[in-house]
Amino acid sequence: MKRNMKQFVVGGLAALLALGGLAAAHATEPKKPARVPVPAISVNKDKAEKCVEPTDVMRRDHMKFIQHQRDETMHKGIRTSKHSLKNCVECHADPKTGSVLGKDGFCATCHQYAAVTIDCFSCHTDKTEKRVSANEPASLERLVRLSAPAAGAKP
Amino acid sequence: MSLNRREFLGLTAVAALATPGLRLVELAQARAPEETATKLQRWGLLIDAAKCADGCDACVTACHVENGVTGHNRPATDPQWIRKVKIKDRQTGYVQTLPLMCQHCEHPPCVDVCPTGASFKRADGIVLVDKHICIGCRYCMMACPYKARSFIHEDTKDQKPHAPRGKGTVESCTLCVHKVDRGDNTTACAEACKKEGHEAILFGDLNDAGSEIRKRLASAPSTQLRPDLKLNTGVRYTGL
Amino acid sequence: MHIHYRSIEGRSVGFLALLGLLGAIVAVGLGAALYMEHNGHWLTGMTNQIVWGMPHVFAVFLIVAASGALNVASIASVFGRQMYKPLSRLSGLLAITLLVGGLAVLVLDLGRPDRLTVAMTYYNFKSIFAWNIFLYIGFLLVVAAYLWIMMERRMNDYSKPVGVFAFTWRLILTTGTGSIFGFLVARSAYDTAVLAPMFIVFSFAYGLAIFLLVLMAAMAWTGRAFGDAVFARLRNLLGVFIAGAFYFVLVYHLTNLYITERHGIEAFILRDGGQFTAAFWLGQVIVGYVAPFAIVYSRLGRSRAMVALAAVLVVLGGIAQMYVTIIGGQAYPMPLFADKDIIESSFFDGQVAAYTPSLPELLLGVGGIGIALIATTFAVKVLPFLPASLADADADPHYKPEAA
Repeated sequence: MKRNMKQFVVGGLAALLALGGLAAAHATEPKKPARVPVPAISVNKDKAEKCVEPTDVMRRDHMKFIQHQRDETMHKGIRTSKHSLKNCVECHADPKTGSVLGKDGFCATCHQYAAVTIDCFSCHTDKTEKRVSANEPASLERLVRLSAPAAGAKP
Repeated sequence: MSLNRREFLGLTAVAALATPGLRLVELAQARAPEETATKLQRWGLLIDAAKCADGCDACVTACHVENGVTGHNRPATDPQWIRKVKIKDRQTGYVQTLPLMCQHCEHPPCVDVCPTGASFKRADGIVLVDKHICIGCRYCMMACPYKARSFIHEDTKDQKPHAPRGKGTVESCTLCVHKVDRGDNTTACAEACKKEGHEAILFGDLNDAGSEIRKRLASAPSTQLRPDLKLNTGVRYTGL
Repeated sequence: MHIHYRSIEGRSVGFLALLGLLGAIVAVGLGAALYMEHNGHWLTGMTNQIVWGMPHVFAVFLIVAASGALNVASIASVFGRQMYKPLSRLSGLLAITLLVGGLAVLVLDLGRPDRLTVAMTYYNFKSIFAWNIFLYIGFLLVVAAYLWIMMERRMNDYSKPVGVFAFTWRLILTTGTGSIFGFLVARSAYDTAVLAPMFIVFSFAYGLAIFLLVLMAAMAWTGRAFGDAVFARLRNLLGVFIAGAFYFVLVYHLTNLYITERHGIEAFILRDGGQFTAAFWLGQVIVGYVAPFAIVYSRLGRSRAMVALAAVLVVLGGIAQMYVTIIGGQAYPMPLFADKDIIESSFFDGQVAAYTPSLPELLLGVGGIGIALIATTFAVKVLPFLPASLADADADPHYKPEAA
């Protein structure tokens, strides 16, 4: 019994080490041509102004800026636009779709490439203010039904 | 946070002294975007049930349009930030209607019970859900005496940029916090009610002695819902 | 006297079949959770009126039963009853596995279970829920340490102080669980301090019932002796706990019946509540208290099968009790206006909320029981939790055959 346990533990540790080694080897591997092509990120070119921070800073730290701003806005009511998600979307949304998601969406392409899930847009809209307002009639229709007095229980 | 007049004046004086160049009138105006919401304000509503018209739900529609609150025609699970209720006096049979929403308590039970602190009260008295840290446990919905909160049961889309909302989290009336921060000095429901000519909903700063809401509260009887719970709600009712 | 423990061999077809069955139950439960999370809660029976449903019934039941399952160990180490000593390890094991099963259900029902790390890193220390997170994690650690001390011979001397600590912890834990409801001022069914001690006594009964069932199955299926005197002691203890639970239910309802403000909720649960009234009288009272009590204290109690039935009834009654407490408590409308009735609302104000449990909810709840049992089954194979024999003379040093 005891022996079995020991073997089990030793085996588990060995497997872990092997995995760790593999990961390390992978990290130091010389650069092979990437299997997944680097996405062509289309920044809104027609917007003349620059991003709120230099590109390399944004690449590395955009999530920190957004998260910091999120807490400031949510809890303190600070509504500066410089690092707000809304501001990101306003500038970077695809002029055609009005969205930062989708096949060529500014946020989606890069996050897909980097295999990092974004949680922002399960709650936040991925569209610019203008696009959202354009959707008004549809949302209104649903609302009228919503505000109608409830007839009976759950469908 | 119930300041009496003297305390309030004292606080404003301190604030005025501490910030050179700040005049008292500026307090009533909008904050700059970089300024923090403070305890100097306590936002609230005064609802005059006597003026609330039966059959009118302009406030409900306006709120849900303003905040992009949409449903799926499933009444039991669709969210409602504000709703109209009709009440009947048990003894006299007197019937009246009134709008019901988050009461923005000074001591909100939803904030007490929230395990992560997602349910919180801002310094200016507005009770909100921080959906970033809401885990969807619904304990706040168990605790709220006003049934003010809704759980988002389904995927959402077409949210308003100022009102993010997503499946698996809890939401409720924000007192149109985006409008408050912008300095609109009103809410969608109050605006809509005014537009209908009823003027049953008045938005204002309960701490500001010069505000209309304060003056009206000081000149006529008003009540809170479930006053026995001593939650000191930011939403008050008259004509009830 | 020295007690022998032995892990089970766990090679038989029966053992593998049991693991397979429990594994299937767990898999179905997890599938149900995935289904609900993916599509959203709208296709469960839960609504904005009944915000906690079947998963919470099972989760709270399991959590309460977990703290109760530790009692057998406490009786041995805290109250010094030798006869319960051989049962201590299984008692500690069940305390852990039942809690894990309950917590799994609770977490899997969250709106955002992917944010478990948020629940572990952001705390509001005024929240009873937040306290409970610490109480649950602490309980797992304390009981694990307690088990180690019981199993490691060099550490046996410390089993009393650690046992006392674990016993105290479990009392606080169940107080916390009861207070999840007890602290809610909004709803007429809650908002009372009696819920905390009531949940503690419930836990005694539910925990012992599950313990007894698992013990009987384990001893019978591995062909180990289980003496009549030991069995009778556990059976009688179950009877005492059932009576205790009934006493608290009586106090709770009598208090509410006296207070005019609470007549509404009492009329609802006891008389007008439809499925909840049925769940209370038939489920909680008849199945949960009257029938098992009658079995235990009548001639029927001499039959082990009947006592096993009584334990099953206690479990079913316990689930009914949680249904009445959790769902019935929410179904009754909140008193928004002291002297006015709400006659119209688009949000179901002033109406009794409808609730029909959905299959996925039920499967998730049962999946929690599956998690607890599969973990137990696996654990008794890898470590010596079970006594080699519970023959009267082996279990109790004071046992005198002629007295029996």
